[in-house]
Amino acid sequence: MIEFWLIPVVMMLVIVGLFPPIAGYIVLVERKVLADMQVRLGPMRVGPHGLLQPLADALKLLLKEDIIPRDSDKGIFYVAPILSMFTAFVAFGVVPFSEQFRIADVNVGLLVISALGSVGILGIVLGGWSSNSHYPLLGALRSSAQLVSYELAMGLGLVCGVMSAGTLSMVQIVRNQQTQGVWYVFDNWGAMAPAFLIFFIAAVAETNRSPFDLPEAESELVAGFHTEYSGFRWALYMLAEYGNIFVVSAVSVTLFWGGWLRPFPSVGWLEVPLNYGVPFLLFAGPGIASIVLLAPKLKYAPHRYGMLVVGGALTLVGAILLIPAVNAVAAAPFWFLLKVAFFLYVMIWFRGTFPRYRYDQLMDIGWKVLIPLGLGTIALNAVVGMI
Amino acid sequence: MTLEAFFFYAFTTLALGGATLAITRRSAVHAAISLMVSLLGVAGLYLLLNAEFLFVSQIILYIGGILLLFLFVIMLVNLDAGRGLRQFHQRWPLGAAVTAIAGVAFAILWSRAKLPPSQTMPDVGNVELVADTLLQDYLVPFEVVSLLLLVAVVGSVLLARKRA
Repeated sequence: MIEFWLIPVVMMLVIVGLFPPIAGYIVLVERKVLADMQVRLGPMRVGPHGLLQPLADALKLLLKEDIIPRDSDKGIFYVAPILSMFTAFVAFGVVPFSEQFRIADVNVGLLVISALGSVGILGIVLGGWSSNSHYPLLGALRSSAQLVSYELAMGLGLVCGVMSAGTLSMVQIVRNQQTQGVWYVFDNWGAMAPAFLIFFIAAVAETNRSPFDLPEAESELVAGFHTEYSGFRWALYMLAEYGNIFVVSAVSVTLFWGGWLRPFPSVGWLEVPLNYGVPFLLFAGPGIASIVLLAPKLKYAPHRYGMLVVGGALTLVGAILLIPAVNAVAAAPFWFLLKVAFFLYVMIWFRGTFPRYRYDQLMDIGWKVLIPLGLGTIALNAVVGMI
Repeated sequence: MTLEAFFFYAFTTLALGGATLAITRRSAVHAAISLMVSLLGVAGLYLLLNAEFLFVSQIILYIGGILLLFLFVIMLVNLDAGRGLRQFHQRWPLGAAVTAIAGVAFAILWSRAKLPPSQTMPDVGNVELVADTLLQDYLVPFEVVSLLLLVAVVGSVLLARKRA
């Protein structure tokens, strides 16, 4: 009986407790990567190489004054960010991190995520409306139009994946990829790759990420739908945004990139080099590098010792992952999180690369490019899949 | 009270309470949100009947699609002018009488009716069952309905197009 509820409950607490700091560090990674792309250093002051910046930011947000516009619709103004964050976090409930580490295996898991996404939009729309201010209202209008348009394209991309999988359960989708011996993005002789691209582009638009971040376009709308929000309520919106990004990446990984499976899951002799080698290199490599290369260059002594501690901790994690008993459990979630991290990086990369679209371009891409292409790929995959 | 009964009454309260608020709120946005609560309650009732596909479609279509468009229109057209208006046609005694008669009729019908025991869907393969039913047993009606929707789509585009 304990088995039945223990893992889901623990997972739930871990996700709710750990995701806010993780989101903080995703923000730090984003700032660092963008800085690197723009030949800057990014945050450097708080902690060695800015490693404690998320803590400082979180503290700032918690202590900030919570400003509520006088003529706003108070009840909706309070509820809207909570609605956004609630839906983002509930979606984690059907994300399978591995065969063991998951909360619920719902029969219609993929649709549940899609449904929660569409309810989450209401948080943005209502937040923008209830602020009783022009820029947030425009942001909310843009966001609802954009999300209604791109939801269709996203659905079309998902349908292709579901046609290959033959099920809507997130866990079963991964199991089917194992038995069929192919990650669905490579399925149907490459006909699935465009389906994934359509899904991913629509997903970037659904999460309001650059280059589709018109609802919060700072050059025209100040900050879009959350202009009037400050302090912790604003932080809830930010958490929801990063939660949605994570969930969307998790859906891409689960449906198209083999979920928790390692590369070439059916080739037996690759198990040891991949399951032991890659995690060790990924953790111990940067760990040793930061001890040997980064730490000696830091002039400020606490930063130097801090860097040594961080490097040591990373190396230690790499070493722990070499223990067979730990590796057997941790390898699957490691691969899942590695793939998710890759897609998070791709989204940051997009932000550093593409300029924001104009509103009419956004609508053109949604309705005149993605939807016809999506319908085409469905027809193509249906035909190729039948052969 | 079993867990199932608890959820049944909780969802029913959501559905009925939301519906009541939807027709009594003066602010159009508040009414739309109450409608959302009501739709969520109905979706929960579907879930209690093990019809999880219907549950999710209800949320995606009604809340993610239709309600969002409601809100879109409400925000575009400022409807708050109606907030200060009062109902003036003075027909509420007639309305109350009709409601009372309908209530009595419904009570009589309820006491005489022999309701079949409620049936739940089989526990597994809900999506597959829906797909099989729609695309095998009722393929032709399904396609006819989709044609009807296509006609509606083309018609609305034609109506909305500006006369050249």
